[in-house]
Amino acid sequence: MSNIISDETIEYVGILAKLELSDEEKEQAKKDMGSMLDYIDQLNELDTTGIEPMSHVFPVQNVFREDIVTNGDESEKTLKNAPGEKDNMFMVPRTFD
Amino acid sequence: MAKQYETVIGLEVHVELATKTKIFCGCSTAFGGAPNTHTCPVCTGMPGSLPVLNKQVVEYAVAVGLATNCTITQYCKFDRKNYFYPDNPQNYQISQLYLPICRNGHVEIETENGKKSVGIHEIHMEEDAGKLIHDEWEDCSLVDYNRSGVPLIEIVSEPDMRSAEEVIAYLEKLRMTIQYLGASDCKLNEGSMRADVNISVREVGAKEFGTRTEMKNLNSFRAIQHAIEGERERQIELLESGKEVIQETRRWDDAKEYSYAMRSKEDAQDYRYFPDPDLVPVFISDEWIAKIKENQPEFREKKMVRYKEEYDIPEYDIGIITDSKHMADIFEETVAICKQPKKVSNWLMGETLRLLKEKSMDPEDILFSPENLAKLIALVDSKAINSSVAKEVFEVMFAQNVDPEKYVEEKGLKTVNDEGALRKTVEEVIAANPQSVEDYRNGKEKAIGFLVGQTMKAMKGKADPGMVNQLLKELL
Repeated sequence: MSNIISDETIEYVGILAKLELSDEEKEQAKKDMGSMLDYIDQLNELDTTGIEPMSHVFPVQNVFREDIVTNGDESEKTLKNAPGEKDNMFMVPRTFD
Repeated sequence: MAKQYETVIGLEVHVELATKTKIFCGCSTAFGGAPNTHTCPVCTGMPGSLPVLNKQVVEYAVAVGLATNCTITQYCKFDRKNYFYPDNPQNYQISQLYLPICRNGHVEIETENGKKSVGIHEIHMEEDAGKLIHDEWEDCSLVDYNRSGVPLIEIVSEPDMRSAEEVIAYLEKLRMTIQYLGASDCKLNEGSMRADVNISVREVGAKEFGTRTEMKNLNSFRAIQHAIEGERERQIELLESGKEVIQETRRWDDAKEYSYAMRSKEDAQDYRYFPDPDLVPVFISDEWIAKIKENQPEFREKKMVRYKEEYDIPEYDIGIITDSKHMADIFEETVAICKQPKKVSNWLMGETLRLLKEKSMDPEDILFSPENLAKLIALVDSKAINSSVAKEVFEVMFAQNVDPEKYVEEKGLKTVNDEGALRKTVEEVIAANPQSVEDYRNGKEKAIGFLVGQTMKAMKGKADPGMVNQLLKELL
């Protein structure tokens, strides 16, 4: 494996992903991420001079909606997905900036 | 000699677009609905839901871009900006990083120090987040996703401004332009226009920029002015005492007039942008751009010149009337009906402004129709009602847009033009006020005013004061 993921990187990625990994999980994740990067590196071997970066896999563009209200009050359905509920709102652990 | 410092300011302005529906789903954007009543699987980030772009968002963004001299990115697309926060249900915000819809624009601003051009780096389309409320009682946070997915454009300026005055002139210019386009109502206090201010200081003459801080939560021009002045002082003090300015985001506390650091460098965000695979690219053809250009309204500068040529009203009035597109529309449409610009202007500059101020309303909130204002003017012109009755009727029209003709009829407010009836009342008033009559006859001209007042009172205001005056003079 040519890509080695450092302890600092796995720690940082863990913070960004809001994951708390055990030591074994960290080791496994380091290995998995390293091999993923190795795989991606193969693409860098290709000569892509003059090729437009692709932004979508399908040759489709301009899929639009008209600006017309089609949805009614679906709060009951929406709130079924809430971990907790109060006053018609999602109740979540206290979160600060 | 003390060092001279220069403030360098750039703005990120978020504007909520005036679409009826959200950017990627058919939920209403109406403000003030009960929590979560305008939500669906798309705007609450449910797995498997598919966002579809609202065409009107593209049209508004292009319209704003054209009005601010931008180049339109004809092939543009959306990217995901990844971050965790409960008001962001997808754990990413759909935004534009790589190919924003507009680039390289500029607007002209004018301050006491003259005219200057402020560059616009880019304008991109994105979705708004939900609203997070911290519940002290339960020690938890509550989320309302009604605002989640409301379309925004973010207008990123170049660091071209040097003072709070320039910042305010720039914001006023954007507000006016966007309001004229009908793309947003741009109310700072209601959050439909929000400004994040990037500030740094450097010694006058220095080529490099200083380290900048970003100031958030500025929801009035006053807050912006104070925050800029406060941050300039804070940074200069740091530099003077040999310390460094730290690049950070600061939050302005309007009540305390003080800012504090929000996020430290350690947990700086790493947004890991990548193209959104759920949304296909947008291609904006030359024809489409031409069509949007064709539909651009007459902007304020042109309107002011035309008003001066076309209508004989003072420049001051023109400034106030054209300060709001809505008021300018009412003015023009009323003048088109009644052909009396001066009278229409008087109603707008006088009673309308007075009532707006009294009720803390914006010109955008004016309710009455040009047809009704024209009818009111016609009623006064034909002497069907006198000017004090007209003011009364206007107040009702201002509040409820009533038809003044019908209202005057129903309430029996028409001026009594029957000379016989009026003469009778005047005679009664003369008989009942011998003292005033004597005063007048002894040369006290003013006494007639009292008698006119008494007659008007007896007529319940429904008389033509001129006619009363004439009759009194004749009978005395």
